[in-house]
Amino acid sequence: MDPFIFLTVDGLARGAVFAAFALALVLIWRGARLVNFSQGAMAAATTFIAYSVTNASGSYWLGLVAAVVSGLVIGAITERYVMRFVDPTQHLNAVIVALGLVLVIQAILGIIYGSQYRPMDVPFSRSPLSIGDQPLLSPYDIFVFVTVLAVMAGLGFAFTRTDIGLKMRAAAFAPDMARLLGVNVGRMLTLSWALAGAVGGLAALLVVPTELGAHPHATDLVFVYAFTAAVIGGLDSPIGAVVGGLGVGLVLSYVSGYSDNDLSAVVILGLLIGVLLLRPSGLFSHATARQV
Amino acid sequence: MIELLARHTLLRHLLVTLAAGVALLALTYTLSPYRNYQLATMAAYLCATAGLTVLVGLSGQLSLGHGALMAVGAYTYALMSAEVGDRGTTGPMLLLLPLVAAVVATAIVGGIVGLAGARLFGPYLAGLTLTLTIVVPAITTTFADQLGGDQGLSVLVEPAPASLGITFPLERWQAWIACAAALLTMLLLANLVHSRFGREMRAVRDDEVAARLSGINVQRTKVIVFVVSAATAGLGGGILAILTQSVSPGAFSLAFSLFLLMAVVIGGIGSLAGAVWGALLLVALPEITDSLADNIGSSPQLAERLDGNLSLAVFGLVLILVTIVFPRGIQGLVSAVSQRTRRSGRPPSSRPGTTTTEDPPTTTSSESIDA
Repeated sequence: MDPFIFLTVDGLARGAVFAAFALALVLIWRGARLVNFSQGAMAAATTFIAYSVTNASGSYWLGLVAAVVSGLVIGAITERYVMRFVDPTQHLNAVIVALGLVLVIQAILGIIYGSQYRPMDVPFSRSPLSIGDQPLLSPYDIFVFVTVLAVMAGLGFAFTRTDIGLKMRAAAFAPDMARLLGVNVGRMLTLSWALAGAVGGLAALLVVPTELGAHPHATDLVFVYAFTAAVIGGLDSPIGAVVGGLGVGLVLSYVSGYSDNDLSAVVILGLLIGVLLLRPSGLFSHATARQV
Repeated sequence: MIELLARHTLLRHLLVTLAAGVALLALTYTLSPYRNYQLATMAAYLCATAGLTVLVGLSGQLSLGHGALMAVGAYTYALMSAEVGDRGTTGPMLLLLPLVAAVVATAIVGGIVGLAGARLFGPYLAGLTLTLTIVVPAITTTFADQLGGDQGLSVLVEPAPASLGITFPLERWQAWIACAAALLTMLLLANLVHSRFGREMRAVRDDEVAARLSGINVQRTKVIVFVVSAATAGLGGGILAILTQSVSPGAFSLAFSLFLLMAVVIGGIGSLAGAVWGALLLVALPEITDSLADNIGSSPQLAERLDGNLSLAVFGLVLILVTIVFPRGIQGLVSAVSQRTRRSGRPPSSRPGTTTTEDPPTTTSSESIDA
C-alpha cells in the first residue's frame, strides 16, 4: 500500500507545529526586525518547566498551562532586561546576544536536569486511526491541529479586531508615529516577545514528546525547521509562516518516509539554500523599495 | 628605519611574523608538553577565529557555521591522510598534502555558502550557517561508511622527524606545526586587511549602495571574503585533526561554532589581535571553569552536570555582557589604553606590534546620519 496519504497527513501534523513556532519568529521579526535565535532555547526551558509541573502534579494540562505562562514570562523578561539594552544600529549585535542567551539557557538546563533525554507523556493516543485499511491521523495529531488552529485564530483575532492588537501593529510598522499618538512602543515590544515566547513554548510542548523527550538541545532542530519555514514565508508574513511550516513538515515527512537514511536535516539545508538563492525575500514577501 | 617600516606594510608584517615565530620557537622549549599542546590548540583555534573576525567585523557577514567549516577541514584531512598514507607517502608530504586538501575543500564549501550568503543580510546568513552546523552530525551518520558516524575517524599522524632527536616531544612538534599555520594565516590576513581589497570589504560593510556606486563589485567581494574565511577555518580544522589525531561530529557542535563567534566578539570584532585574545580565551576559560566546577561540585553527580555546562554558561554570559556593555572587546580596551598613554607623552609613532585596523569595528554610516 502506498504510504502517500499517511505521510501527507503526518507531515501536515508536524508542519502545524513548525508553523506555530515559525509564527513566534515572525511575531518578533515584525515587532523588532530581528530573528530571535534564542527562541529554541527558550522553548526548551518552557518544555522542562512543563515536564517538572506535570511530574509534580500528575496533570498534563497543568504542564501545558505552565509552558504557556513561563513562555510569556521568559519572553517578556528577555525583551525588557536583555534585548532592550542592545544597540539597535548594529544589526549583528542582537543576533550575538540571542546566541549568548542560547548558551546560558542550555547550560542552566544542563546543570539542573542533566543531559539525558526525559520521555514525556501525551494526553491522547498516538496510534493512527484508520479509515478502511488506510491509516490516517492519530487522536494526538487532531489535538495538535486543533491547538495550533486555535492559537492562530486567537492571534489573528487579537491583531485585527482588538485595540491592543492595533497598537502592536502600529508600534511595529511606524514606531515614531505610534509613539506620538500615545502608544507605549516599548511595552508593545515586550508584549510581542511575551506572545512569541508563549507560542514557541506551546509549539515545543506539542512536538518534543513525539520525539526523544525533554533535553536541553531538544528544540535545536525544531528551531532550524521553523526558521526555514519562516524564511520560506518571508519572515514578515504570518500566512507565509503557516504555509512554510506546513511545507517543511510535508518535505520532512516524505523524506523520512521514502528514504532509508535520516536525510531530513540535509534536505532542509538544501531547501533553505534553494529558497535563499532563488527568492531570498521569501515566497510571501511584499515588494520593497531599496533602502539607501 | 621606522619610516621605512611605516611605509612598507608587507615588510612590517613579515618582520612581526618573524619575530613572533622566533619568540614562539623559544617558548616551545620552555613549556611543558601539556602547555605545548594547549599552545598548539590555541594556534589551531586562531586560524579559525582570525578568519571569522575578518568575515564578521570587516565584511559584516555573520557566520555561525565556522565550526562546521572546521569539521569539513578536519574530515578532509583525515580522509586525505589515510589515502596518502595508503600509497606509502611519508615525511613532509604526508603532512602537507592533506592540509592543502583540507584548505581547498573548505574553500569550495565556503564558496557555495558564500554565493548563497552574498545575497543575504544579517539574520538570513546567520540562519543559513546555523543550519550548516546542525547538519554536520546528520551527514556523518548518513555517510557512516566513509565518515565513521558518531565515532568519527582516526587520523594518521607521524611522530616528530627523527632528525630532531628521539627524545623530541610530540607536543612540541605539534606546537610547531600549529604555530606555523597560525602565523601564515595571520600574515596573509593582515596583508589582505591592509590591501585595496580590505578597504573594499569595509566599504561594502558600511554601505553596500555607496560601495556599488564607487565601482566595487559587492557580491564578488562578499563571496571572496567568505571563501578566504572558510579556507582559514579549514586550515584550523586540519590542524585540529593533527592535534587530536581523530575527528568526530561531537567536536564540532553548535556550541563550538558559538564559542568561535564568542571568542571573536570578546577579543574585539574585526581585529586580528583580538582574534589572538579570543583563541587564548577559548583554551583558558574551559580550564578555569572546569577547575572551578571541581571545587564546587560536592557530589559526583553535580560535578558531572557542572562539567562543561558551567563553561557554557560563563561563555554565554560574557558574550551578552561584552556585546551590550563593551562592543569593541578586549582589543578595543587595549588600543584605547595605549592611545591614551601615547597622547599624554611621547610623540606619536607607528606601532609595528599590532595588526589591527584603526576604525571602530562595525560603525555603519547610518550611525553618523542618526547623530
